[in-house]
Amino acid sequence: MPKLLPLIEHAVKGPVWNCQMCGQCVLHSTGMTCPMNCPKTLRNGPCGGVRENGHCEVKPEMKCVWLKGYERAESWPLPKIWQEEFNHLRPPVDNRLKGGSSWINFFTKRDRWVPKGWANVSNEDHH
Amino acid sequence: MSRLEELVTKTNETIFTAEFPVIDGEGMAKVEKYAKRLSPWFDGVNATDNTAAHAHASNVASAIAMKMHGLEPIMQVVCRDKNRLAQQADVVGATLHGVENFVALTGDDVTAGDETETRRVFDLDGPQLIRLMTSIKNGQYLSGRKIEPAPKMFIGAVENPSAPPFEYRAQRVAKKVAAGAKFFQLQICYHKDRLEKFMETLNTLGLTKSVAIIPTIVLISGPRALNFMNASVPGIDVPEDVIKEVETASDKKEAAYLQTLDFARHALSLPGVRGLHVTDFRHDETLERLMSDLGRKARPENTTKEENAYTSTVS
Repeated sequence: MPKLLPLIEHAVKGPVWNCQMCGQCVLHSTGMTCPMNCPKTLRNGPCGGVRENGHCEVKPEMKCVWLKGYERAESWPLPKIWQEEFNHLRPPVDNRLKGGSSWINFFTKRDRWVPKGWANVSNEDHH
Repeated sequence: MSRLEELVTKTNETIFTAEFPVIDGEGMAKVEKYAKRLSPWFDGVNATDNTAAHAHASNVASAIAMKMHGLEPIMQVVCRDKNRLAQQADVVGATLHGVENFVALTGDDVTAGDETETRRVFDLDGPQLIRLMTSIKNGQYLSGRKIEPAPKMFIGAVENPSAPPFEYRAQRVAKKVAAGAKFFQLQICYHKDRLEKFMETLNTLGLTKSVAIIPTIVLISGPRALNFMNASVPGIDVPEDVIKEVETASDKKEAAYLQTLDFARHALSLPGVRGLHVTDFRHDETLERLMSDLGRKARPENTTKEENAYTSTVS
């Protein structure tokens, strides 16, 4: 099963979301738009290079992934908690999870692991 | 505590920062020349990190060289070229030499540069890099391994008030503030209405009470620079009437200066704006003229040297 699941997951999420199998899916909190399709793989919002027409700095023919995600988060009937999570600070990608099934990592809570130094910075206390 | 931190956290004074020119082959003579030019006017000067994806003398080396010549460096760190290990090494390495001010940026893509075949890294993104710097400031590497004593740091970030989605940009500032950013140097914005709206939202969110917002202005010589930025720098849009204003003037150089001055005054008039970041592409007498037109007084040379002398931090 652990070998089969990534294949099934990719077969489902690949065609719809262009899933890159990062193994730590955040789709629900990014306006149902996979941030790993951003050429800079940004997980926390659009960079400053978005063009006047809303297109990508790197691929001028493509609409900014984050602009798309933002519009969907605002207009799609997503659960409120997902919409609120749009502004959350998502931790650095855990490169060990690449290629694995994010479904397994979700249920085992493996995808919630963050480095100690990251966890120890509280939001209120940076002097 | 750096001079910049003191100004931001303990005073209401207007803050002026500038961009240091990139350093290639001209050696310390160039550092000395520009340190002399910039130190009387600026509270901090940015040591850039491979601007526009072009290789130059590194951010760390430049920041140290600037400090040696009496400037207070603000070291940029971008996410394009290095992974999180290398970024931590650079930040901690710079603090070893007494560099305290840092600015975290996502960074232009490699396609903006002259070696577009390069592998792009982006191991972290801008907000993640801010939190990593905060962790270092709190005395820990990302792994949790201790750094004792914790280095003195003052952490800033950037934002672009003039790139879509406009309504979201202030939220992005909020996210970066939550990650630990205390000051923001903005991308140049040629739409006054966008900057106004952006500042209004930041004020409404209560963000300007705790962090310093510092818009950027650019000293340019004529319409060519405006056309270049408009056509070639993603994220910068220059409205047609702004270009026309300089293009149709009989004295284009003078018109370009007056326009910059106007944008500077407008930015400084907005509630919540704490200062200006100046990028100088003219390298002529208008830098001094701009500062004096904005009512800035030159700092006596000897005090700058004493405050910032490199030797005092390493002895």
